[in-house]
Order: sequence, then structure tokens, then C-alpha cells
Amino acid sequence: MTATLLLWSIFLAQILLVAAMACAAFRVLRGPRAQDRVLGLDTLYVNATMLLLTFGIRTGSTLYFEAALIIALLGFVATAALAKFLMRGEVIE
Amino acid sequence: MRGGLMRGWSMRDWLPFPLLTAALVALWLLLTESVALGSILMGGVLALLTVRGFIALDPPAGRLRRPRAACALAALVLGDIARSNLAVARIILTPGKTERVSGFLRIPLDMRAPYGLATLACIITATPGTIWVEYNSANNTILLHILDLVDEGTWIDTIKGRYEKRLMEIFE
Amino acid sequence: MTHLADLPVWAAIPVALFLVTGAALALIGSIGFLRLRTFYERVHAPTLGTSMGIGFVLLASMLCFTVLQSRLALHEILIAVFMVVTTPITLMLLARAALYRDRSEGSGDVPPAPPA
Repeated sequence: MTATLLLWSIFLAQILLVAAMACAAFRVLRGPRAQDRVLGLDTLYVNATMLLLTFGIRTGSTLYFEAALIIALLGFVATAALAKFLMRGEVIE
Repeated sequence: MRGGLMRGWSMRDWLPFPLLTAALVALWLLLTESVALGSILMGGVLALLTVRGFIALDPPAGRLRRPRAACALAALVLGDIARSNLAVARIILTPGKTERVSGFLRIPLDMRAPYGLATLACIITATPGTIWVEYNSANNTILLHILDLVDEGTWIDTIKGRYEKRLMEIFE
Repeated sequence: MTHLADLPVWAAIPVALFLVTGAALALIGSIGFLRLRTFYERVHAPTLGTSMGIGFVLLASMLCFTVLQSRLALHEILIAVFMVVTTPITLMLLARAALYRDRSEGSGDVPPAPPA
């Protein structure tokens, strides 16, 4: 009973997160400007982090946690570098 | 430096940034998921080395004066974040065009403490619906962008009365 | 999926609730990408997911693994702390970059740079 409830709620959460990722991906592809694309990419990373955590709960494996942490780290570094690039045209001054 | 001269000096000399060091040790323990003596020692060594590296970056001076007030502020901010989550969700989900205006707002500040300003920036940006865009150190004003700018006076009161006053108590 | 059956009811219901709430908040934030019109409005949208959205998912994960392993699973706090620290930085950098670009193009929609 609890397993069914949990399975369905995890499934629902995953569908919601994939839809959220689709909205973010739409902004990445559509633009219209470069800052919109970077913002979409950042949200894509955050949603991917959450999706990995739901996978972790589903499989009961803590390995997904490490992956989520790394995705979050990569997202931060990528967005910071891209924002810096948009501001000055170079990443390291 | 406040407190006893001899003791305060030697303590700060041996262990600068005690809060940062403790936070780094806690970070290491959480990452390794153990509280064994080995992890604590390893975390301590790594934290001390990291703090040495941090000092090489020449961070601005400043300290947390009132930890209890800081905890109270954290609870307040958590509540505010929950409330503005609902407010922004309502704005996004309201169908059709509404008369909501969003826009920039420039606010003069009294606070000058660098860590206080950094914390204010984090609070404002982490709260949905408001974002810190620019800080002008020449005349100490900040530029915010606000999603639901109904009444400029209310927003200025919120930022200055609710957050800035408390942050000045904590950091200045 | 045998481990999910081991979860008692008192833990399973909050886990399910937290998960769906968190995911729904992230979705609402991302829907803002479609509905809001200017970049400066859209920059507010992802904060829903990065504040309470991921908070709820992390709570669900912590509760689930704490009950399953019958010991405190706290390392989710790391992701929470990391999100709290990094999201303001990325959003502020992005907003400043956008402002800089708009100003250098002479757009009238943004406030002018303060006199140096």
C-alpha cells in the first residue's frame, strides 16, 4: 500500500520535473537574448538536481546524491562563467 | 579586537575565523558521513589549510556580533521566503493580463559593513520576487528589481525596517 | 522496489507530499519562463525551484533515508547549503550582465548607470 503510494507520487514528481525541464529548455532554445538562454540553462541544472534526488529515493541508492551534488556544482560554475562572459566578453580578466 | 588583550590576540592568531573553520569541519563530516576521530582530524587539518588560503585572498574585516539575533533573522527570512513563494506562484498562475507592474527600485542604505551587505544581497535575491541588481558604493544605494511593485514605499520599509536594521545590529 | 515497502505509513505520506510539492513548485517556477514577458521578470522565476522547491525534495530525501537506514541521513543539507549560497550569486551576476548589456546598447527600459 505505502509502496504503491510512494511509487505513484515519485512518478508524478518526476513527470512534473521533466515538464519543468522542458519549459527551461524552451527558454534555452528560444532566447530571445543570450541572458535568457543562460538563465534557462541554470534552471535546467537545478531541475536536473531535483530529478536525480527523486531517482535516489526511488532506487534507495545514495549514489544519486553524489551525482546531484556534482550537477549542482557544475551548474553554478557554468552559469557564473557564462554570466561573466556576457558582462565583459571574457571569463578571466 | 574586543575582549582581553592577551587572550584575544593569541586566540585569533592561532585560530582566525573560528566560525568558518567550524563550518568547514562540519562540511567535511557531512560529506564523509562519519564522526570517527579520523574524519574529524582530517576535516580539521583541511579546514585550517582552507582558512589559511582564504586569508591569502585578503578578506575584509568584520565579525558576527550577535549570534542569537542572527538565528532570529534566519527564522524570519525562512518565513518570508515561504510567503513570497506563494505570492510569486500566484502571480505566475494567474491567467490573463493583470495590472501588475514590475520594475526597478533604488533604495538608499545606511549599512556599510561588507558582510552585512553581502548577507542582505543573499536575502533579497533568495526571496522570490525580488532581486538585487547593483550596488553603488559611492552613495551607498542599491538597485533592486521587483516583480510586484505595487507600492514603492512598502518595499523600502520592508528592506530597511525588516532586514537592514537587524543586519546592522548583527554586523556593526 | 522492495525498500519502499519498508517505509512505514507515517513516513511515506510526508515523503510523498514533500516530493510532489517540491516538484510542483519547480514546475510553477519554470512555467514563469513561458508566461513572464521581459528578462528581468523571468529572472525571478527560478527562485521558486531553488528555494522551497529543492528544499521540499531534500526534506523528502532526508526523511526517506533516515527511516530506511535507521540513522540520521544529513548529507542532503550539503546541497541545501550549496543552493542557498550559490543561487543569489548566479542570479545577481546574470542580472548585472543583462543590465550592463542593455545599458551599453542604450536601451531606455533600464535605469541609467549612476554618475561615477
